[in-house]
Amino acid sequence: MPQVLRHTGWMIVRQARNLMREPVWIAMMVIQPMIWLLLYGQLFSKVTSLRGGASSYIEFLTPGIVCMNAFFGGTWSGMAMISDLDRHVVDRFLAAPASRLAIVLSQVARAGITAILQALILLLVGLALGVRVHGGVPGWLVVCVASALLAMVFSGFSNGVALLLRREASMIATANFVGLPLMFLSSILLATALMPGWIKQISRFNPVNWGVNAARNAVVVGGDWGPTGVFLLLLVAATAATSAFATWTFRAYQRSI
Amino acid sequence: MDAIVAESLTKRYKAVQALDGVSFSVRDGEVFALLGPNGAGKSTTVRVLTTLTRPDSGRALVAGEDVVRHPNRVRQTIGYVAQDSGVDWEATGRENILLQGRIHGMAGRPLHARVDELLELVGLDNAADRVARGYSGGMKRRLDIAIGLVHKPRVLFLDEPTTGLDPEARAAMWVEVERLAHQENLTILLTTHYLEEADRLAERVAIVSRGKIVVEGTPEDLKAGLRGESVSVELRESDGRLGEAVQVVQALDGADEVHVDGRVVRARVPNGAQAIPIILSALDGRGFPVASVTTARPSLDDVYLHYTGRDFAAEDEEHKPAEKGRER
Repeated sequence: MPQVLRHTGWMIVRQARNLMREPVWIAMMVIQPMIWLLLYGQLFSKVTSLRGGASSYIEFLTPGIVCMNAFFGGTWSGMAMISDLDRHVVDRFLAAPASRLAIVLSQVARAGITAILQALILLLVGLALGVRVHGGVPGWLVVCVASALLAMVFSGFSNGVALLLRREASMIATANFVGLPLMFLSSILLATALMPGWIKQISRFNPVNWGVNAARNAVVVGGDWGPTGVFLLLLVAATAATSAFATWTFRAYQRSI
Repeated sequence: MDAIVAESLTKRYKAVQALDGVSFSVRDGEVFALLGPNGAGKSTTVRVLTTLTRPDSGRALVAGEDVVRHPNRVRQTIGYVAQDSGVDWEATGRENILLQGRIHGMAGRPLHARVDELLELVGLDNAADRVARGYSGGMKRRLDIAIGLVHKPRVLFLDEPTTGLDPEARAAMWVEVERLAHQENLTILLTTHYLEEADRLAERVAIVSRGKIVVEGTPEDLKAGLRGESVSVELRESDGRLGEAVQVVQALDGADEVHVDGRVVRARVPNGAQAIPIILSALDGRGFPVASVTTARPSLDDVYLHYTGRDFAAEDEEHKPAEKGRER
């Protein structure tokens, strides 16, 4: 196995194990998405026009919340990089023959894996609330892939920002600045048809919306996989782009020390 | 063969010339200290030698490999214990060492055996499976050393190994370093701004000041190079007339390198026993009440003053990082 994959693997194991030692983090990871799902699901359940063609609002909302979680998780994932920079763990790896790429990629991959776990939890909760995944097994797969990619797109961006700013406060400000606007510029909460024209136009270029479209099609429609494939490919391209950005900022960090 | 060779290294960070032509060499199996106050360029030198920082110019070989041209070969042969601990707080001591071993391509039974051996060597065998967040400063430091040694490096870099430790932990660390030098058959380069640390641990010392090596030799040679003894006169009170006291001592025949440290006036004289009565009567004549007088063979403190013309403690204080930050 190439060194970069081996090192990425070990570093993912390290991060995952560290997170598993934070009971509060695990609780938040599981409970918070459920709260979103139950809260929004109840709040808007009477407004039938919101849900496009879905049979219930909760069915419409579930893939949206899965994606929201994934991209929020991604935007915050740079915090782990900052903590590693602050604790000089990164420098320790750099003075050893660690794969440079693995230091960055392990953070991005870890965000993707976390997103898949959360997606599965949310889908199971959705099932309990009467959601049907119309796409069947391929549908489940698409939701998982879409949320993993979405998390990785924003994790690449977040790690890049972390490596440029190297300060927690700046990282928090950036994550907040990016998170909510992108959420409201997407069809997470309401059908595209109800958006004002200009938001509809912008949302077409919003990676969050690519993920939502793919996941929602898999849950609500189930079939017509062509457009879904295009959205997933767009997300793959965006992941490559933001990961390249993170790698570039990592080189900039190395030059600065 | 020399384990480390540094030739005319320079490095500039924006307005600061961190290294201004650093040259020295360390013999195989030697414990070598870079001694200097904060901001002298010790850490930057170590960061160049450990491949973390590229020098602007100059050349450096570690275990025979060029740090710029073959950084990965260098990384395989060195252990690096940074000034700031590189311990992963959320992982156990054992997990920290295991991961570092895996990065060095170790695996399986030999790796686990080595980790057990190291945990015992640094006295962490009882805390091995506790998360490092709960370790004391001294324990984290010892874990850092175990992490740096996992792959049996030929050269170990210890950047300020005892900074931030309490005196008890510092003494324990000194014993540790002495033991390592013998047991693990290592070349050790350590940096320190504690004169007594360099004196105690290092076979040879290079004094670093403002990005340059000022002088290099065994602690004994360096001290022997200064003839005479140092006299310290502690004044009972100075009433802000310390400058005047210095002038009084300076005016005396044979008194050299007179400087002040708190309420203590220090000077170097050819013979302490002869000089003390003269100094005391001169100070008394100008109305300075004296609390105590001591003489001593020259210390590395005196060596520093002699070669740089500056007081070590004052220089150290001046460049102290504003907060707990990284030294350049």
